[in-house]
Amino acid sequence: MTAVTIVDYGAGNLRSLRAAFERLGVGVEITAEPGAAERSRLLVVPGVGAAGPAMERLRATGLAGAVRAAADRGAHVLGICLGLQLLFDRSEEGDTECLGLLPGRVRRIDWARTVPHMGWNDVAPAHPDSLAGTLPAVCYFAHAYVAEPAEASDVIATTELDGTAFASAVGRGRVAAVQFHPERSGAAGRELLAAFLRRSGDAA
Amino acid sequence: MLRRRIIPCLDVRRGRLVKGVRFRDLRDCGDPVDAAARYAEAGADEIVWLNISAGDEAWAELLHAVERAARRVDVPLCVGGGVDGFERARDLLLAGADKVSVNTAPLDRPELVEELADQLGSQCVVVAVDAARANGSWEAHASAGMRPTGRDAIEWSREAVERGAGELLVTSIDADGGHGGYDLELIAAVTEAVQAPVIASGGAGGPADMAAALGAGAQAALAASIFHDGEATVADVKQEVAACGLPVRS
Repeated sequence: MTAVTIVDYGAGNLRSLRAAFERLGVGVEITAEPGAAERSRLLVVPGVGAAGPAMERLRATGLAGAVRAAADRGAHVLGICLGLQLLFDRSEEGDTECLGLLPGRVRRIDWARTVPHMGWNDVAPAHPDSLAGTLPAVCYFAHAYVAEPAEASDVIATTELDGTAFASAVGRGRVAAVQFHPERSGAAGRELLAAFLRRSGDAA
Repeated sequence: MLRRRIIPCLDVRRGRLVKGVRFRDLRDCGDPVDAAARYAEAGADEIVWLNISAGDEAWAELLHAVERAARRVDVPLCVGGGVDGFERARDLLLAGADKVSVNTAPLDRPELVEELADQLGSQCVVVAVDAARANGSWEAHASAGMRPTGRDAIEWSREAVERGAGELLVTSIDADGGHGGYDLELIAAVTEAVQAPVIASGGAGGPADMAAALGAGAQAALAASIFHDGEATVADVKQEVAACGLPVRS
């Protein structure tokens, strides 16, 4: 049975994400078909690359509307890396209008000694029960932009980079997202993905 | 806190792991996918594959190996060697690589860095700078270290980052394969010149050399033969780096 649907809008590298879920023993469907995305129970919005081209492709394929419709219907949505940024209202990267599932903006990392933020860093829980006790964890990041959620309560976890903390996991209701790459974060990433699967299973 | 990274590098020829001295005298060291999985298990923070074979058939073999690695390995994989333009970079990412490294192509046509960064995102564009000492500075080399370009390697590093490179993989051609330590002056010069992360490469003879490269400013240190030949483990290196007061992932 398909437990996870990954939205394919040409963002590349869906193979490692698919493999990460398959290692947890769940069926994975990769689809570019808006209908299939809209019907899914747990929808993953992946993404590497730049916000502008990504949103263009999401709109051109009809997948942008499908993701919104799935969320409205009560599906679980998980954004990963650029996928997190696309869930917000707007990104400074290419001044791009995004999906608007979470209120807030995305801005460039302008305070760090080196950009992109590249490598393994701490993910610290913002609430004691964040992500079913899988935090704190050390996860792999590769990004030059960060989300600034408008609502503090949407921040699930934070990460510190050169003295400034940013939101590294966010969520509200059945919409959640992580800035790091759980599929590339070894055992820590595996546990986080398992926690997301449990959460979506429990709520279904 | 952002951890310093320890990266085993696998030179891959026609789908096989090989190692040579100064890019020559190559010997077979096994299956690169097995090796990548083993290193990930042993705590490697990332794996770099450098493809050193030419031709379409070898490229297809490489892509197949990347696909196998992407399924088995759960730490980031950076692949380069023979990436002559946008298409091959995209091929590698679609096969499952997290980052691609380019060396010769952008030296011949620097705008390629912008094209890759704009379409694929800076965070997956690594520019490999192969540098040899010349006239009191360093000269950038193309074609696996064989072709001097006349370009100053520090200047080229700066330009590559300005054009959108998300990371630099800086190899000292003089030190590579010699086990005498990294060219620390080269690492310091590049890390001072750019605001992007730098991976130090070439010359690791043991854990202390890798710690020294990180101390000189690199965010990551890469080595090949000391790992492949069993002279040191990733854990040995991390212990040494931690003892120097630098953060590592345990």
